[in-house]
Amino acid sequence: MGVQIDLADKLCIARIIGDIDHHSAKEMREEIDNAVTRSGAKELELDFREVTFMDSSGIGLVMGRYKLMQETGGKLHLVNIAGHLKKVMMLAGLDRLAILDKPERPARTANEEGGKQHESDQHDETAV
Amino acid sequence: MKAINTMKLQFEGRSVNESFSRVAVAAFAAQLDPTMDELADIKTAVSEAVTNCIVHAYRQRIGIIYISAGIYPDNRIVIKIKDRGCGIADVKKAMEPLYTTAPQEERAGLGFAVMQSLMDRVKVLSKEGKGTTVILERRLMGKEA
Repeated sequence: MGVQIDLADKLCIARIIGDIDHHSAKEMREEIDNAVTRSGAKELELDFREVTFMDSSGIGLVMGRYKLMQETGGKLHLVNIAGHLKKVMMLAGLDRLAILDKPERPARTANEEGGKQHESDQHDETAV
Repeated sequence: MKAINTMKLQFEGRSVNESFSRVAVAAFAAQLDPTMDELADIKTAVSEAVTNCIVHAYRQRIGIIYISAGIYPDNRIVIKIKDRGCGIADVKKAMEPLYTTAPQEERAGLGFAVMQSLMDRVKVLSKEGKGTTVILERRLMGKEA
């Protein structure tokens, strides 16, 4: 449960783990915002591969980070959005706000059990 | 139509119980042999309704949230989420997408919109100062469909 942050140059990768709801979102957004502000990252990638559940609190989390990146002239990417998460995000029109795409780099942690069974059609490539 | 099975749940409106409540309702719904998608829809809608109780109905205090659910012969599940909180002055307005009274907490104002899109029916009964009941209804096609 929580967020794993990876920083490289001007890129901040935040891997969200577990359920995103009203209870967990607050801590997640604080961790992500701290990392972005501290590092001065120009690109933020939110990785949803290990998100097990999301309600509209997740929409708030994405919209808030979108605003944050906009304020600094940065970009927001959302990657590995599985079926159900995508449904909730599309409902909120988040595909119009952020760039939903595939991760551009191979997964960083090889020790995780091969990224579970995400199907290829769950990677959305719609760019804004 | 008479329910073939029912359950009741009551718990404190602490945010940590959001996951407890949606998982409990999903476990009850599991006897309808739902698909993963259907289960995710139910969990999400319940999570929205319960979060509303915690964020809006009870605000700064811990109140009790009551959930009851029934399963009907036509593969329907009806879930009632009830609080004894502040109530909603204007239900129609509260249900408008993007309308929120808690923007500072990054509430997107999409709770009811999410419930409506995932459920077949969403009914809201509310009285100011008395509380709110949200009734969610969904017919599950299950795995045979």
